[in-house]
Amino acid sequence: MLSKEEVKHIADLSRLKLSEKEIELMQKDLSAVLDYFNLLKKIDTSKIKLETEKFVSTVNISHNFEDFDGLLGTRKDEAIHQSREVVEKLIQAFPDKKDDYIKVKAIL
Amino acid sequence: MTYKVTIGLEIHAELKTNSKMFCSCKNDPDEKRPNYNICPICMAHPGTLPVANEAAIRKVIKTGLALNCEIARESKFDRKNYFYPDLPKGYQISQYDQPLCEKGFLQISDRMIGITRIHLEEDTGRLMHSAQEGRASSSADGRPDGESFSLVDYNRAGIPLMELVTEPDITSGKEAREFAQELQIILRYLDVSSADMEKGQMRVEVNISVSKTKKLGTKVEIKNLNSFRVVEKAVDFEIQRQTKLLDAGEKVVQETRGWHDKKEITFLQREKESAHDYRYFPEPDLPTLHLKEDYIIKIKSHMQELPDQKRERFEKEFGLDKDSIEFFVTNKDLSEYYEKVVSEFEEWTSEQEKAGAHVKASKLVANYLISDIKGLLVGKEFIETEFKITAENFAEFIKMIYKNEISSKVAKMVLVEMFNTGGDPSEIVLQNNWGQIKDVGELEKILKEVIEKNSKAVLEYKSGKKNALQFLVGQVMAKSRGTANPEKVSELFIKLLK
Amino acid sequence: MELQDFTIKQINKCLKEKKFSAKELANAYFDKIKNTDKDIDAYLNLTQDLALSQAEAVDQKISNGEEIPTLAGVPCSIKDNILVKDEKCSAASKMLENYIASYDSSVIKKLKEQGAIILGKTNLDEFAFGSSCENSAFKVTKNPHDLTCVAGGSSGGSAAAVASNQCCFALGTDTGCSVRTPASFCGVLGLKTTYGSVSRSGVIASASSLDQVGPLAKSVEDIEIIFNAISGKDILDATSVEYKYEKFIENNKPLTIGIPKEFFAEGINKDVEKIVKEAIFKIEDQGFKIQEISLPSSKYALACYYIIQTSEASSNLARFDGIRYGLSKQNENDLLDFYLSNRAGGFGAESKRRIMLGTYSLSSGYYDAYYKKAQEIRQLVKQDFKKAFEKVDLIMSPVVPFPAFKIGSKVNDPLSMYLADIYTVPVNLAGLPALSLPVGKTNGLPVGLQIIANHFEENKILSIASIIEKLV
Repeated sequence: MLSKEEVKHIADLSRLKLSEKEIELMQKDLSAVLDYFNLLKKIDTSKIKLETEKFVSTVNISHNFEDFDGLLGTRKDEAIHQSREVVEKLIQAFPDKKDDYIKVKAIL
Repeated sequence: MTYKVTIGLEIHAELKTNSKMFCSCKNDPDEKRPNYNICPICMAHPGTLPVANEAAIRKVIKTGLALNCEIARESKFDRKNYFYPDLPKGYQISQYDQPLCEKGFLQISDRMIGITRIHLEEDTGRLMHSAQEGRASSSADGRPDGESFSLVDYNRAGIPLMELVTEPDITSGKEAREFAQELQIILRYLDVSSADMEKGQMRVEVNISVSKTKKLGTKVEIKNLNSFRVVEKAVDFEIQRQTKLLDAGEKVVQETRGWHDKKEITFLQREKESAHDYRYFPEPDLPTLHLKEDYIIKIKSHMQELPDQKRERFEKEFGLDKDSIEFFVTNKDLSEYYEKVVSEFEEWTSEQEKAGAHVKASKLVANYLISDIKGLLVGKEFIETEFKITAENFAEFIKMIYKNEISSKVAKMVLVEMFNTGGDPSEIVLQNNWGQIKDVGELEKILKEVIEKNSKAVLEYKSGKKNALQFLVGQVMAKSRGTANPEKVSELFIKLLK
Repeated sequence: MELQDFTIKQINKCLKEKKFSAKELANAYFDKIKNTDKDIDAYLNLTQDLALSQAEAVDQKISNGEEIPTLAGVPCSIKDNILVKDEKCSAASKMLENYIASYDSSVIKKLKEQGAIILGKTNLDEFAFGSSCENSAFKVTKNPHDLTCVAGGSSGGSAAAVASNQCCFALGTDTGCSVRTPASFCGVLGLKTTYGSVSRSGVIASASSLDQVGPLAKSVEDIEIIFNAISGKDILDATSVEYKYEKFIENNKPLTIGIPKEFFAEGINKDVEKIVKEAIFKIEDQGFKIQEISLPSSKYALACYYIIQTSEASSNLARFDGIRYGLSKQNENDLLDFYLSNRAGGFGAESKRRIMLGTYSLSSGYYDAYYKKAQEIRQLVKQDFKKAFEKVDLIMSPVVPFPAFKIGSKVNDPLSMYLADIYTVPVNLAGLPALSLPVGKTNGLPVGLQIIANHFEENKILSIASIIEKLV
């Protein structure tokens, strides 16, 4: 069973304010799930080497699949001009702002 | 009692790319309008995904190759999780256990400094702390009283950032500075980063410990060092501070310190998070990078010359002294101009005199650039496109000196004129009537005048005093405003006074 | 208009023959929604202005005599974790209650190019965390076959909307079960697509290495058309793969179907087992070879899945802090309190649980025992499937061990809710495609058959599904 302190520590790391009642409930719920997770502890995985290959389509592979310069899954260094309309929308979404800056509570 | 000083550096450099690390926003460190180069991706809007910038990866590998690193065949990105307003996603995409480059070194004044790793990550936004409504200041350390809010600008968020970590091989402030300076030159040579410390494009953090024994002492981190001078001063201050503590039998506390510019001391900095638990894990939105041999070979084959290679070459090709070479290594653009001038000069020399002429011209060009041109620039940076003297004109100017067509006195006047107007040296000489008097008759006329007015010196010369001839030549030179050829004048005197 | 009978091709035909206009059709669906959604609660938000302007554009094209794409004028609904530009996108969370998308997700771009009509955004478990659609911050979607039962989750709104003819088809997302479970509970088809086959750009991330967008519809033919339209490499998603759907061409060798014994073990509802097995027998009668196989690591898959899912989700949800957009409480004085109360106020109970579980699994001292271990087990699960597909072409199993359950019956027991995903999560861990196909009913509640194939072999699944579709 997770202690209250452990739950509080994880809640702080997660930036979640929990009430006393929520902490108690979390203790119960998380512990039950973590117990279930512990099922994995018994399995010997010492011989498993984590593969990094990604799924590659086996059908219809097109030959320009390899990105430019032979570096798969990256993009070309091109700056695309952002439409001002989108930038304006992003700025409109700021909950608190000063000019076009975002305003946040004092740091530290 | 002597102490063992152990210093390691962590250096961040913003990469010079067109676009940001994981989105197509412009990478413009000079953008002044807040939140101008932003998009849903670098603002971490819901649903957005990162896609890595190939040029940034290539530039880090290039740096790794220049610093003798092993380049990873398989590298990946990881998420570093923490909350801070300048970090839009709540995690920074960085590299944890598979950096692009590892195990390199850089030589500074006959010492090898090991490089642990170089990895690629994204920069954060910029925070401005504000004292009161309406007034924001971006001072890094001075936290004014009565501060109530901070302002965030995300133009910088997502700019590719390289982090280099050295081995703890450095032992003094001077070495720390030299390492950082040499790295800056390399980054600029490779066109990887502008690496301007004042602009925050290059940031140096120092880890330093002092110990009486062979065992490492307590590590202290120094941050916010914004110039090479400050790096050296801060390290030296910190060595002294820690030494004094140990001398007094006190303990050094593991902590992060900043640099106070006015007081020239380090001071304890408050940390942003008390307990660090970054919960690193592999970035699932980005596939593992498989860096194949031919990709790395391709990067190698496109490598620019490195400062050390240039030092060697300048010594061999131009026979310059150490100081001149160092001047050109640190002034890359001027050195490129220098090479152009020397090569233009070759056009003016005939085959048989080439070798000798090259040696002499190499030094002449260097001297005029290092002393005269530097003086004329009065502290301003040399920018070739803004510089009025073409390499061709400069070479002709050197030729005129080399062939004794103008005296050194005239040369200085011509150069000032060229610098201001961009004019052709031969034309400047012609227009100002600064050319050497070629007409023997005209010269003889001046000589006769001088002989007439200086009968005493003439007598002395005739009685065997060789110095008197030099005096007479000098008189002719003054009368001709430097346009006479002193050798020729001397010859004529000998003939006339026989 | 008999909306329940409409397939995509029929709509296309009727539009071309001018039996009705795209606008009339859209309005018919809106009427249907207005009449039925009070009871079902499938939709969070209708995008009527967008739909009608899209429909007018399609009608214009038709009246100009232009060719129209297959999906032009076809009304659909979109799970509310998929962004549609200038429309609200809440992921059924208070955190994003008033959030308006500034861009189109890549799948929506594709649907819009084709001219598909977007009717509205459908309900889900908050941030797609759930298997019942009860974790929405706004409403519980009811099962159209029994309003006291859950619709399944997390794409419950999409499944219920298709099942109740409130749209022709829908898009959902599947992280562990989220397209297949609601499809199974609501008696429609739902395809979980191969990881990398459909762009995730513009889809609010639940767990990045598991999430995939998938279609929900009423026929195999429709599923095929939609999948064909939304799949393919996207420059905005580095994990997407160059891919083009092609129909499966049968050769003389009949397909072999593997039946994993672990998926018919204890805990399965007897009726569900019977209905699924009957469907499999019918296939065997058609000359397909049935073979028992073993997926030994599947018993660890659920624990493995929940560690990875919560770990990735805890990080993916870190961006919701109230600084740049979204729910933001301005009455705190201090930055730390600002973070703490925004996130406490914005996230529901299940989201908080998952963030906490994931943070725990990744935290210092626990990473090796949880996250790293789970990655290793994931490798085992993949290997199991790899071996199985050396022997068989397809794998068949139930989707969920039981039919739709009563609303509220599992909400207080997260672990028992997680157990509903036992047959579906191995597929996500391995990145495979799988279809939920309705094959029968128990007590009036639909039961789905899960058909799993190797990577990028959606065509094999759809080929056999079209045979089964006719048999049941």
